[in-house]
Amino acid sequence: MKKILLALIPLLVFGLIACSKSSKNQKTVYLLNFKPEVADVYNKIAKAYEAETGVRLRVATAASGTYEQTFKAEAAKSNPPTIFQINGPRGWANAKDYTADLKNTELYSHLSDKSLAISVNGNVYGIPYTIEGYGIIYNDAIVQKYFALPNRATRFNSMDDVNSFAELKALVEDMQRHKNDLGIKGVFAATSLQPGEDWRWQTHLANVPMFYEFRDNNVDLSQPVDKVTFKYSQNFKQIFDLYLNNSTTDPKLLGSKQVSDSMAEFALGEAAMVQNGNWAWSQINGISGNVVKAEDIKFLPIYIGVNGENKQGLCIGTENYFSINSQVSPEDQQLAADFLLWLFSSPTGKKFVTNDLGFITPFDTFSDDEKPTDPLAREVIAWMAKPNIYSVSWVFVVFPSQVFKNDFGAALLSYAQGQKTWDQVKSVFVTEWAVEAAHADQATAAK
Amino acid sequence: MQKFLSRYYFVFTAITIAAFCIAFVIPFLAGIYLSFTNFTTVTNASWVGLENYVKAFTTNADFLNALWFTVKFAVVSIISINIISFALALLLTNNYRGTNAFRTVFFMPNLIGGIVLGYIWQLIINGILLHVAGVDLTYSAKYGFWGLVVLTNWQMVGYMMIIYIAGIQNISPDLIEAAEIDGASPRQILFNIKIPQVMPSVTICVFLTLANSFKLFDQNLALTNGAPNRETAMLALDIYNTFYGRMGYEGVGQAKAVIFFILVAAIAFIQLAITRKKEIEN
Repeated sequence: MKKILLALIPLLVFGLIACSKSSKNQKTVYLLNFKPEVADVYNKIAKAYEAETGVRLRVATAASGTYEQTFKAEAAKSNPPTIFQINGPRGWANAKDYTADLKNTELYSHLSDKSLAISVNGNVYGIPYTIEGYGIIYNDAIVQKYFALPNRATRFNSMDDVNSFAELKALVEDMQRHKNDLGIKGVFAATSLQPGEDWRWQTHLANVPMFYEFRDNNVDLSQPVDKVTFKYSQNFKQIFDLYLNNSTTDPKLLGSKQVSDSMAEFALGEAAMVQNGNWAWSQINGISGNVVKAEDIKFLPIYIGVNGENKQGLCIGTENYFSINSQVSPEDQQLAADFLLWLFSSPTGKKFVTNDLGFITPFDTFSDDEKPTDPLAREVIAWMAKPNIYSVSWVFVVFPSQVFKNDFGAALLSYAQGQKTWDQVKSVFVTEWAVEAAHADQATAAK
Repeated sequence: MQKFLSRYYFVFTAITIAAFCIAFVIPFLAGIYLSFTNFTTVTNASWVGLENYVKAFTTNADFLNALWFTVKFAVVSIISINIISFALALLLTNNYRGTNAFRTVFFMPNLIGGIVLGYIWQLIINGILLHVAGVDLTYSAKYGFWGLVVLTNWQMVGYMMIIYIAGIQNISPDLIEAAEIDGASPRQILFNIKIPQVMPSVTICVFLTLANSFKLFDQNLALTNGAPNRETAMLALDIYNTFYGRMGYEGVGQAKAVIFFILVAAIAFIQLAITRKKEIEN
């Protein structure tokens, strides 16, 4: 009896060891993906990559909004991700123990604008891989229907005539008055303010006034920004009010609306406009019963009523930078660099990037006919190419922390529900910024 | 055989002890260690002493707010869950027709996971609030509070009811019969015989509801996620938000978790000591 037992124990232990050893031998690249919407594409890429090179590509995808925590958990394992991503200078400061210097990689040499990369003291720690843009997406079919109305109050003949906040307001409010003629429930899709679903306002919309504030004050954005005044808060208020008051949804009910609700309203033709970015195409296209035709989807810049905004374009930038884990072996780092180069320069890789991932890449390996074909990405490229139009860069990458954004989002919700005055919202923005920036600086300094 | 067992007990317990160490003791000690450090991942910690514990209280009032909210919630739900489940248990030990079916029905909510429950109740409560007040759960913390109370009641009442039923069925019929013969009213039987006799069940049920109320997380996350403005965040959710909301605050989250553990353990021990005293020897 006891002999059997004693014999069983080493067997068990050995079995455990044997199990953990078996998958070690193959060369593997482990990519921690940030974009849940393209998780399936990466699985296809993994198959193609293994077929071409024999190297296994393992992809794990973090659920929306959980990238940093997934990274924290994965990086502590014995087989940590070799490729991960950071979202800008703040993100780099938090992950700097893990980012390898990429300035000698071949991919970096293909980056057409080197200033886009995250570089510190001459070393490169993050290479951007996709340029994204956001603005007000509108359904041209509904807008044309409005232009054809006999009794409308505005004189616009095309959307090219709308290039300031005052004009946008006039258009939107008159469209809202004619919503029954146009067959819509409201001009703007629901301003989703459910906690966790409010990033289109607390981050993206807030980017526009902050862009102008930083521009006025010549703020150096490579350094943490410790204090802001929210100088253009009234401009934020007027565009936000426009969204709230000319919407499909009563402002009091916005606390339970999600981004997907808004996108569904737009896709089903219940709303004419929605603020979002080019990544939203797959979401619009994927909704069953979608009535919006690809050729009708257009972008309009987010005008907030500042001087000279008739030359303003979309908000263009990136918060997607690939980094290679400096804490894995040099061989694994090389494998990771090889994969990234393959993805963005080999014919197979480029095909995936253009057609399936839909990235507008900043690399010179892509020729003009290899740009993505989805309508929103094409609109972004078209807006970037317009002469005399300046893009609003993504300054929200210097927003101090997620807590700051969440607090601001909660204040916006209270404002929409009529429980906070605008002055209170403004003071939340300014004080929380200072508090959270101090926390973030302290945390970075402690490392 | 006895000798054999006492000599080789470690062979039999080794696997369990190993599992206990791997799954509980080691993570627990590592957690305590990490609460004194600054870390991003568990492998790159650096010692900072008590700083995290100071920050847990000084960074903002979130932790104290969450503590106060949790205490209020725990008091209300312990009382309501135990009263309702005891009442149901009394009702369902009366040999009415269909008792078993009712027991099953009341127990069933307990089998549904907290996240699913949270979302279901979010829909229900939002629906009612929209109809009655034209607002939703995010409008005011009091909606979230009572929503959580209703939800946890609905979920836990069935489970506690089963424990009380077992307790009531254990009461010797002789006692009740003797009391009836002596002319005790049903009210006297309830307060002087049934309740003292089920005190062991009360101990267990109060302990379970107390511990569960303090540790409530899934339901809180799914129902309100702290809205509005973290006012309905309970302790566990606050710890989670601290850990993940702000880079560099992992250690603070960990420190809050250690405080949380000490708090729950202390309250549970005090409660056990008090209710045990009320139990009577059978």
